Amino acid sequence: MTVQSRATAAERQQPSQGPTKAQRSDGKRAERRLGIMLAAPAAIIIVLVTAYPVGYAVWLSLQRYDLRFPAEQSFAGLANYGAVLSSSYWWQAFGVTMLITVVSVAIEFVLGLALALAMHRTLVARGLIRTVILIPYGIVTVVAAFSWQFAWTPGTGYLAALLPTGTAPLTDFGASLAIIIGAEVWKTTPFMALLLLAGLALVPEDMLKAAAMDGAGPWQRLTQIILPMMKPAILVALLFRTLDAFRVFDNIYILTNGANGTGSVSMLGYNNLFKAFNLGIGSAISVLIFISVAIIALIFIRLFGASAPGSDNTGKR
Amino acid sequence: MAVPVRPRTAQAPGTAQAPDTARRRGAVGACALLAAAALAGCGSGPVGPPVLNFYGPADGAAQYGAAAQDCTAAAAGRYSVVYRSLPKSADDQRLQLARRLVAGDDEVDIVGIDVTWTPEFAAAGWIERFPEDLAARVREGTLEGPLETATYQDALWAAPLNTNTQLLWYRKDLAPTPPATWDEMIDASEALAEQDLPSYIEVQGAQYEGLTVWFNTLLTSAGGGILDEAGTVLLGDGDAAARALSVMQRVAASPASDPSLSVAKENDGRLAMEAGEAAFQINYPFVYASINTPPPDGGGGGTFLDEQGRPSATDTGRRVVDEFAWAPYPSVVPGRPASPTIGGFNLAVSTTGGEQELAFEAIECLRNRDNQLRNAVEGGVPPTLEELYSDPAFQEEYPAWEAIRAALDNASVRPLTPAYTSISIVLSDRLNPPDQIDPAALVPELVGQVEGAVNSEGLVP
Repeated sequence: MTVQSRATAAERQQPSQGPTKAQRSDGKRAERRLGIMLAAPAAIIIVLVTAYPVGYAVWLSLQRYDLRFPAEQSFAGLANYGAVLSSSYWWQAFGVTMLITVVSVAIEFVLGLALALAMHRTLVARGLIRTVILIPYGIVTVVAAFSWQFAWTPGTGYLAALLPTGTAPLTDFGASLAIIIGAEVWKTTPFMALLLLAGLALVPEDMLKAAAMDGAGPWQRLTQIILPMMKPAILVALLFRTLDAFRVFDNIYILTNGANGTGSVSMLGYNNLFKAFNLGIGSAISVLIFISVAIIALIFIRLFGASAPGSDNTGKR
Repeated sequence: MAVPVRPRTAQAPGTAQAPDTARRRGAVGACALLAAAALAGCGSGPVGPPVLNFYGPADGAAQYGAAAQDCTAAAAGRYSVVYRSLPKSADDQRLQLARRLVAGDDEVDIVGIDVTWTPEFAAAGWIERFPEDLAARVREGTLEGPLETATYQDALWAAPLNTNTQLLWYRKDLAPTPPATWDEMIDASEALAEQDLPSYIEVQGAQYEGLTVWFNTLLTSAGGGILDEAGTVLLGDGDAAARALSVMQRVAASPASDPSLSVAKENDGRLAMEAGEAAFQINYPFVYASINTPPPDGGGGGTFLDEQGRPSATDTGRRVVDEFAWAPYPSVVPGRPASPTIGGFNLAVSTTGGEQELAFEAIECLRNRDNQLRNAVEGGVPPTLEELYSDPAFQEEYPAWEAIRAALDNASVRPLTPAYTSISIVLSDRLNPPDQIDPAALVPELVGQVEGAVNSEGLVP
């Protein structure tokens, strides 16, 4: 998404420069041609690699196509979408996914910002601290999910041992969701911190000093100067994490496998495609996930408006 | 975009021609060499026998591999069988086989499939129907229940390789006479809990196939069924479904039950029993082999027990294994024997392999008496050939053989429909967590959900 918006912004800039420097247009045009040619192979490959599967999935989603009933394959129009959108399973999974997304991204943002500030301000052992903070992000999600699962299972887990005997947190909807969110937060906060740390570098030290001189306290400096200056970095961090969190799969697959109503939309798509072998319904779910992700990205760009990456005043305030 | 590209490529040959053609020439040369070598190899040596790839489950790999070798030897050069291991989990096995067969993989000749997949693979056109003469030979001497799982629309599509059935495993110090019904077992468990003794009833309550198996056994034991052969949903007929659901709800909601029941699978039940926490366990015969196997592979006799029968950390000289016993699966209706759902594997011939006739021949060998006995004794899976149940080697390894044989005679089979997997997913979703079941409200809901799944309409959770 961000790559596309950057590209369109670049294209928009091009014509505005053209007419004013008409005499140099020949050289410009040749340069531009070279640029397109250099970029073309990559663009063509991306289109081939992504457009074909996306197009095929859309086509499948319009078919009645179940691998177990090959004779019944036929064009079904939007019937699969109707079946998905009228199913309580979809809305249950959608609600769970939204909940996980909103709560985990919110917690990650607060923790990530705190970690980023800590990393930014450290004077000693900077490299060591940054490395230590990044460890959870370096661990394979499935491995981390297994360790959380063991930790919360009575009898084998050190965390479950802290709870009153007779409680099995992964058998309950609320507790399972909390553990899934906890595992997500634990795993990806470092990523958030890293992106925010890059944004912190945009904040000029002089401005903070001047503000302190004018009597701004630490909280005012954070909310009035640091956060507004970091806006582009925050947008990128939140956008990346929201899109990632919306497609959450591996943590749930390992921790509960969707038991007790904890399945996400990705789990639902997987189950319909790879357990029920129902390519039509499964593809419809995939397309709906794709649309949801696109809508989330659009909302973000709208919400943050001018500070979206690629827009003119990025980092120039 | 295409226009500016052209001049550049037109210019290019002038500079790039020499190395380019040289490279091409080199490639041609290499190809020729390779082709020559291949031709020479084919021409001079004798043509090897056709290789039949046998894709089977990972559990029992050693036995299936040995069977493949023996059958290769027995074929005396007409074919060779190579065993290829599928993943450990049933879902992954099914997915990998489906992927290969949909893609027309010609390296898949024989498939070892779960008993519930036969109709699905047959309807999808992935496996071959058995020819009549061979079907007659397979039917001879094979147990009724396993044969039923290999039959779809009155034809035989697979040959039963092994079967499996559940028994009641219990602690004879805690229950001197084993409960004959679920009601008795729940009462006994609650009485034990009141005395603060191990009280759990271990059964498969997690949201997966095992939960559907539990439901199917209770349902058929109460005289009901999920589907008939024509695909009509039977869940709403009579009160069998409500009775089965109420047993499940009471087991799970009892104050004496395992708090982890809603995520418990076969192995969790075994572990709870070996840890001295459970009084009763519904499980497959592997638990007997496991408790008698030293760690780390098995339970090593289980934990020590104190005088009252509670687990103890100190060496009391008495272990769980000393009190470990088995009994028939408890009834739902007093006086009417339970009908445990059978599991196991069938062998089928893939439609994509190309050597179908030889593959059918190899299947006869892979499931012959010797190979089934080896699977039973070394792999822990009961055979499908009736006569093996009177074989001393089998009886020695399975002290519970009489109970197993009796359970197989009363066996029930899961619905034989291509949509079975969807039905099972829908059922296990609605039945989990079992302590939340409201039998009166759930029965009509299950009827609707299963009807949708049979016709592959709607979603699976």
